[in-house]
Amino acid sequence: MLLELEELSKSFKSGSNQVQAVDGVSLSVEAGEFLAIKGPSGCGKSTLLLMVGGLLSPDSGRVLIEGTDPYALSTDQRAHFRSTQIGFVFQQFHLVPYLNVLDNVLVPAIATGLSNARERAHELIANFGLEHRLHHTPAELSTGEKQRVALARALFHQPKVLLADEPTGNLDSENSEIVLQALSQFAKDGGCVLMVTHDDQAVESAERVLGIKAGRLITEAESEVVINS
Amino acid sequence: MSLFRLIFQEMQHRKINFLLGLVSVVVAVACLVAALTLLQADEIQTTFILEKKAAEVEEAGAKLEDAMRKITKGLGFNILILPANQDLNEFLLTGIVSDSMPEENVKKLAESKIVTVNHLLPMIVKKITWTEKKCDIILTGTRGEVPLLHRALKKPLQQQVPKGAMVLGYQIQKKLDLNVNDEVTLMGKNFKVTQCYPERGTADDSTVWINLDEAQELLGMQNLVNAILALECNCAAKDRVAQIREEISKILPGTQIIERGPPALARAEARNQAHASAVASLEQEKASRLQMIERHADFAAVLVPLVVLGCGAWIGFLSLENVRRRATEIGVLRAIGLRSTQVFGIFIIKAFVMGVIGALIGYFLGYGIGITWASLPESMNPQAVLFSSRWLLLSLIFAPVLASLSSWIPALLAARQDPATILQEG
Repeated sequence: MLLELEELSKSFKSGSNQVQAVDGVSLSVEAGEFLAIKGPSGCGKSTLLLMVGGLLSPDSGRVLIEGTDPYALSTDQRAHFRSTQIGFVFQQFHLVPYLNVLDNVLVPAIATGLSNARERAHELIANFGLEHRLHHTPAELSTGEKQRVALARALFHQPKVLLADEPTGNLDSENSEIVLQALSQFAKDGGCVLMVTHDDQAVESAERVLGIKAGRLITEAESEVVINS
Repeated sequence: MSLFRLIFQEMQHRKINFLLGLVSVVVAVACLVAALTLLQADEIQTTFILEKKAAEVEEAGAKLEDAMRKITKGLGFNILILPANQDLNEFLLTGIVSDSMPEENVKKLAESKIVTVNHLLPMIVKKITWTEKKCDIILTGTRGEVPLLHRALKKPLQQQVPKGAMVLGYQIQKKLDLNVNDEVTLMGKNFKVTQCYPERGTADDSTVWINLDEAQELLGMQNLVNAILALECNCAAKDRVAQIREEISKILPGTQIIERGPPALARAEARNQAHASAVASLEQEKASRLQMIERHADFAAVLVPLVVLGCGAWIGFLSLENVRRRATEIGVLRAIGLRSTQVFGIFIIKAFVMGVIGALIGYFLGYGIGITWASLPESMNPQAVLFSSRWLLLSLIFAPVLASLSSWIPALLAARQDPATILQEG
């Protein structure tokens, strides 16, 4: 099993109230699987994703990626673990504004220090059809291009797990299709994609779909009811 | 892609932030270097002025010394050693010494190790009537200076009057209408006038000087002298005269020693006072210059830390603002896998680079201000004199340290930011 979540819980304090963002989530994802978690805003999707990504320690439960619990590692070891095992794609792209396309894709090299970094970056940029935008900064790119750059950056260090938070949230259908195809391809190549979204088109690309409600995972059928309601 | 490329790209992107920080470093360094340069210029100027003044004082002192030597020579001598039985009252009333003592006394004194007396002049002084000219005169026989055997020969204060020569005081020369090279006869012996003194306003004006041996012969006082004139050149202090008296008494027991020539003493005192006054003036100038340097140093000691603190605070504020603006970027970098130390490094390296560039610009700006405002002697080239590689090195250490320390807390805050919180908010 590539990714396993065991009884993962996380709560936050909001004023005087304690909000249970994620509540006892258990999940197993195999290599080559593209899993979508569907749910409305504020249901705990992003919190779950950050916990899986080793950025937010759970109150209880465990995250295991290829049998390694990132939270059992030191901060620096966890950072290294992220840089080699996990890729992130965000709805807002979060590209570095002052770097051009090539440099943005190369940013993970600061952490991993790949020897063939430039060749790898050029290859990814070519795969996403951005060769003509190589030296353009994010401000000069369309939203679709920005997300493709973000995707190239996430794939740069060939992670095992790709975590996508509403990756098509700001894209038109054409660009959404490109991004989703890339995610599918990543899964087919042996990676594992965990995507949280409320976009139906995105959900359709996934092999398995789960819903999330009040921090708890529910089945796809249950989630349809939730979303429609 | 490296951390340095990321840092330099960010500097280029946020030029204003970087330039504002750079200006702060430049101001701090320029202020420090200008203060140091101006203080150094003050010290150089002070040293130059004091050295010049000291040389002037020394030169003036030497001139005064020479002038006093001549004045002392013209006016007489300080100490008069008289025979044991000489009636001092008579001497003081008439100026004439009636008693005599062996010339051997001079030899004894010369062979002694007396240190308070510099010059010895044995003499015969007698009031006589110059029968050939029908005129009363004070006849003085002198041998010139008897060298003190334990010392190197000093420049004589009174030249020996050669045999057959005569030196005339002003009143005698005027009264008898005599001039240099005139032939005269005194007590049946022929002399040639070799010198006529200008008016002194003392008994010297009525005196005729001839060679001591000839005077002894004319007066029938072979191997006898009336007095020994001794000059103690630096006898301005009163107790020195007492000391001389004590020393001479040990060598020539029974002789009487009186102080003579108060004008010479007064002038010696005046000379000493003039020298002391020049030295005091030099000291005053020195104190005044040192006070000025101290004032400037005090001012710099307040101004420079204030400017440095202000600039440091401003760099810290700019750095904090930079961290705040880059919060999402920091979150993403952490998510991608950058360690907190690398994030810390992004801000500290940027500050360090800012410090190095600021140090170079600031040093030359401060140096420029220094050489523009510095007051140096015209003979000196301020560019060459005030350039200091030591301060350039100091700037290259100080500025990066200042910038790095000022950015330390913001960099620490950046490194400790929780990426999850940032990404959730983003």
